[in-house]
Parts: sequence; C-alpha cells; structure tokens
Amino acid sequence: MVVGMSGGVDSSVTAYLLKKAGYEVIGVTMQIWPEDAPREESGGCCGLTAVDDARHVCQQLGIPHYTLNFRREFEAHVIAYFLAEYQQGRTPNPCIACNRYVKWESLLTKALQLGADYIATGHYARIVFDRQTGRYLLKKAVTLKKDQTYALYNLTQDQLAHTLMPLGDYTKEEVRRIAGEIGLTVADKPDSQEICFIPDHDYGRYIEMHTASPSPPGNFVDRQGRILGRHKGIIHYTVGQRKGLGLAVGKPLYVLEIRPETNEVVVGEEHEVYQNTVYADQLNFIPFPELKAKMTVSAKIRYNHAPAPAVVEMVDETTLRCRFSEPQRAITPGQALVLYDGDLVVGGGGILHGA
Amino acid sequence: MIYLDHAATTPVKPEVLKEMLPYFTEEYGNPSSVYRLAQRNKKAIDDARAVVAKNLGAQPNEIFFTSGGTEADNWAIKGMAEALKEKGNHIITTNIEHHAVLHTCQYLEKHGFEVTYLPVNPDGLITPEQVEAAIRPETILISIMYANNEIGTIMPISEIGAVAKRHGVVFHTDAVQAVGHLPIDVKAQNIDLLSLSGHKFYGPKGIGALYVRRGLKLPSFLHGGGQERGRRAGTENVPGIVGLAKAIDRAYQDLAAKNAKIKALRDYLIDGIYERIPYCRLNGHRERRLPNNANFSFEFVEGESLLLLLDMEGIAASSGSACTSGSLDPSHVLLALGLPHELAHGSVRFTLGEDNTKEEIDLVLAKLPAFVERMRAMSPLYEEFVRKNS
Repeated sequence: MVVGMSGGVDSSVTAYLLKKAGYEVIGVTMQIWPEDAPREESGGCCGLTAVDDARHVCQQLGIPHYTLNFRREFEAHVIAYFLAEYQQGRTPNPCIACNRYVKWESLLTKALQLGADYIATGHYARIVFDRQTGRYLLKKAVTLKKDQTYALYNLTQDQLAHTLMPLGDYTKEEVRRIAGEIGLTVADKPDSQEICFIPDHDYGRYIEMHTASPSPPGNFVDRQGRILGRHKGIIHYTVGQRKGLGLAVGKPLYVLEIRPETNEVVVGEEHEVYQNTVYADQLNFIPFPELKAKMTVSAKIRYNHAPAPAVVEMVDETTLRCRFSEPQRAITPGQALVLYDGDLVVGGGGILHGA
Repeated sequence: MIYLDHAATTPVKPEVLKEMLPYFTEEYGNPSSVYRLAQRNKKAIDDARAVVAKNLGAQPNEIFFTSGGTEADNWAIKGMAEALKEKGNHIITTNIEHHAVLHTCQYLEKHGFEVTYLPVNPDGLITPEQVEAAIRPETILISIMYANNEIGTIMPISEIGAVAKRHGVVFHTDAVQAVGHLPIDVKAQNIDLLSLSGHKFYGPKGIGALYVRRGLKLPSFLHGGGQERGRRAGTENVPGIVGLAKAIDRAYQDLAAKNAKIKALRDYLIDGIYERIPYCRLNGHRERRLPNNANFSFEFVEGESLLLLLDMEGIAASSGSACTSGSLDPSHVLLALGLPHELAHGSVRFTLGEDNTKEEIDLVLAKLPAFVERMRAMSPLYEEFVRKNS
C-alpha cells in the first residue's frame, strides 16, 4: 500500500488509518518542483515543504518514506498543458491533469512496480464496488463541503480498482480530531484552489515567462464585431471576467468568448454571459463505459459551481451535449464538465464551448 | 542489511572509534590552551597531521584539517581564485566534478571568473592533451577530480599534474573518492592542492583535510583564530582529527591486497549482472575505475524505483551521488557521458566495501533480475521495444 503524502493533515491521517487497519503502508512524496524553485514558498497539495513535512510524519507513524521524482511528468502533462491551453484561449484546470497523469498514471504505475496492491490518497471522495455491474463507482464524500470528486472524474476502472480514499467517510473535523489524538504535528495547510506552481497567482506573467512567443495585444470586440478597445493578449482573460478589462463604455462588460485564431476577445453585457448548453469531449464515464441514452443529471462546470440540473446526450461518437434547465454563468472552454446522479459521479469531459 | 553504498559513506571501524573516544571525555582540553591537558591534545593533532602527510607523500605542515571534502574544495578553489585574480581569471575543470567543485566554479563565474568545463569522453575520462589545449595565458587554476564519485572513473592525474607544472598553473584535485583507496603521492604527481574526507575510508564524518603545497599562498577561508597556523580558524575537531589519521593509516595498510579482494567481488557482480539481465550497460571505463565501483543503467527501468525495491529487501545502493539523490534528477555525470535522459534515470550505483561477502553479492544477483523484469513488465516503452524487435 503506497500512500501519496504531502505532509498535510489529510494524507497523514490517511496513512495512519490504513496502518491501523493492518495494511503495510509506505509513504511516498512526489517531487514535482524544479530544483531551483524557492523553498519557502508553499501552496497547493504538493507545496515545496511537502517532502520534509511528509518525512517527518512518516517518522512519527513509523512507516518508511520515499521521495519519488515526478518532475518530468509534471512538466509534460501539467505545466505544458496549462501553457498550451491558455495560448489557445482556454482556461485549463491543471489539478485535473495532475490527478490523471501524475497522481494516477505515474504514481500508481510506480506503486505497482514496487509490489504494492493499492495507492491511497487523502482525497475526500468514496470508491465503492458495485457487485451488480462489476464496476467501481466514485461517490461524493460524506462532507459535501469538502468533496473533491470534481477533479477525479476521469479516473479509469483500473485506477479506481487500485485506489483507496479512506477520508471519503470522514468529515474534516473528524480528520482534524484524529490528527490531534495521535499527536500528529502536521501543518494544517490551508486548502488552496489556486494553482500550485504559480505562487504569486500572476498567471499572465508566468505564461509570458514560460513561453517563447508572447501573447500579442489585440482587439476587444462585441457580438456584432465592433471594435471596443485593445486587449493586452488573450492569455490574460477568461470567460466571465469583468475586472481588468480597461473598457469604459458606460456599462459593465464581461468576457464572453476568446478567439485565438483572430486574437480577439469578445465582450458583452452580463446577461450574455449566461448560456444553456455545454458541449464537451474527452469523455470518461464511471458506472458504465459509454452513454447510450439521454440522461438526467446534475452537472458542474467548474470546481466551485453548484451542481445544476441538466439533461445530457451524445451528439456524435465523441461529443456530449449538456442542456441545463436554467442558464449557467460563464461556461468556460478548458474547464471540466462533471456529471452527477445524486452522490454518484457519472463522469465528465473537457468543455469545448457553450451555446 | 547488505550495504553497497560505500561511495556515499563508510562505517567507522572499531579501531578508529577506539582512538577517538578518549578525546570526547578525558582528553577534552582545548588545544590552544597552555596547560598540559591541552598540550596532549595539541600533540595528538600534530601526530595526526604527520600521519596524514606520510600517507600522501606530503610534509606535515602542508596538511590543513577542515570539516570535510566540501569545505576543502571550496577553500582550495575560492582561495586560489582570490589569491591569483590579479594574474588571471580562468579556471579549468571537467563537466563531471562533484557539486562541491561545480557549484563553487559556477559561483565564481558570477564573480567575474571564466570556467572551462572540459567534456569527458563516453568512458568518463579526459585527456592531458585536452587540459593542455584549454590552458590560456590567464589560466590560474586547474581543478580535476581524482576519481569520480558516481562512475568511479580514475582521471590521469599524474599526467595532468605534469601538464600543469610545465605551464606553471596551480593544480587542485578533489580526491575525496580516491584517498584511502588508491596510492597517492602528491609530490611525484605534481599535485598542488588535494581535498580529502574522512568518512569515505572508515573514518568519522565531519572531518577532512586540504593538502596545500608549501609555498602556495592560499588565503584563509575561515577567520577568527590562530588554529591551523592561522589559515583555518575554529577550535579543532580533535576526536575527528585523531580518527581521520587512524583511518587513513589503516586504509593504506595492505591496500593492494584489500583492493584485489574488493575488485574480484565487484567483477563478480558486474559479470553476474551482465549474464542475468539483458539491455543494461556498465557506466564508466571498464578498467580505469575504482576497484569497488559498479554503476549500471538498466533500460526501461527507473533507478529510483529499483532502489526502493532493493531497500525493501535490505539492500542499500544508490542512484548517482548521495548528495543529490534527495532530488532524484538524472545525474549530470551520466548525461555528460552522452547517455540519453532515460538511461541516466535508470542507473544504480553499487559501491562495495571491505566487509562485503560473496554471499551478499549472490543475494543481490538473485534478487535484482526479478526486480528489473517486474518493472519492465509494467513499462509501455519496453512492451513497444519487444514488439518492434520480435
């Protein structure tokens, strides 16, 4: 049993619970940061002090700890993807890419190579085996407030079969209490939804520093194609954004669409930011291999979006259409569309565009 | 446990520890004090200095004790750069030095010095001709390691010493991996500065030395007191110094016989790996290497995963150097040999010691092939490779 450890409360308690349950537990911390990254910065689930913190926790728990290098995987599948998406006028979710490629494809492979049967993580989500269908199901955590299934929708059956997430049955308060009871001196790191490899949150500057071709300025246009002003490069904008546009036309304007091919940013009034329909591809379904018929679901279009009722169906072999009962604000290409049936994760995909 | 990481560190031998112990307790005097308790300590240091000097072909007043190899390297390189900056600003080294040398050189580059990093050949060697060709009128220092810590390759130090002498350039060698393992004569080999570290030859950690040829004006590195003839301030690490001397003396006793035994066992390991595991390569020159070093790359296998599997079986080995294995990036040494990223990542270093046995090597040879096979079985790259080649 390999537990991915960040040194924080959640993964530490995960390791403790599994050890107590009688598993042979090995703590592994993924090193994803470039060697020259400043040490004192920390953020996200794998902050720069993660290795030291996790080693300390493993010493306390009396389990072996190893640091494994995932820098190349992180660079290739998370950072490069992040940069490419922004350059194409999309707003990526690097946590989902990290989960899929780094935490699961790479960590799980390494764990299996080391002779482990499972990996375990401190995610707030539940994995349940359904005897009737023979499939592994992913369900929301008992604490909906902490539920992390949005970023886990594209786990495969094979990955789910080899994964344990014991915290899905606990509340954050219970986890904190357990940590206190066993005297874990873990840093109670703030849960961050910011992007861990950009500690100052200045995405635009980060993208400009890490790409060869700068994002050139272009025009703000309205739906009718009228030029309203100049923007400073498409990488600086995301759908639904109001602040920082620098447009004075007497009414608040919002980003509706980003057009990389013409280097235009389309803006409009607030009501135009709302749309009924989402198209998505790169699909993954969990309780069944493919979506055959129309299905009523509740759907999320970003991490902190409250799930809204919708009907989904396939429009061709690879594309899904999701029609919400009510218009939703800022459907953003590059984010994930995740579908739920009650507390069950039906699946999801990458948002192509709204309509 | 089967310990095969003697290039990282070695256990303190009981006879070394025995010499050291009194200097922690009853012989605790500060060597700089006047009373007899302190005088006995002063004598212990002087005796130790003579022992270290004798084993390197040096004079006692040419030996300066330091906190270890890293300090000795830093002192030698930064010190000579400072002392000779009026004469020139060019330093010659190699691209496979230990980071104690490489990072010191990079630091000096930020302060106006120019550094030539001679590229090694695929065996990990440089030639005296390469060194000679790199010398310019403004060259003030040549720093080339005696033996490489990762691949064990032994550089042509005597020949480089001759080149340096002919051109009047100061020659430093980081001999941390060589001292106690290879016969060294600083005078015959024209070495001006030499770094060594106690814990690499069954001595304690935290003690090392720098040999500085008499007449060479090396400025002080640590200021504060008159210790080490005013060149290295700080109360002496007396137990460490005593232990270092005992360790170097015992290391050079019966050196040839000890090396023959270790080399035979090491060759048994190399041959055994070649016999049992396909698609692997020995890194570094086959003959011109430290007798205890075997560094292998296994295709389609990540070195760090292999190390973990070995550790779970109680076998301690290393990937690359101990100082960077926390960071687990591909080794600069293996990349310098021209290895692709994948192979540089898939390397494991076994470094044997005096006490390893044939039974231990047999156990490694019994376990290792299955580990490599298991990891390859899960590698998509290996699958593709087998499909293409079948």
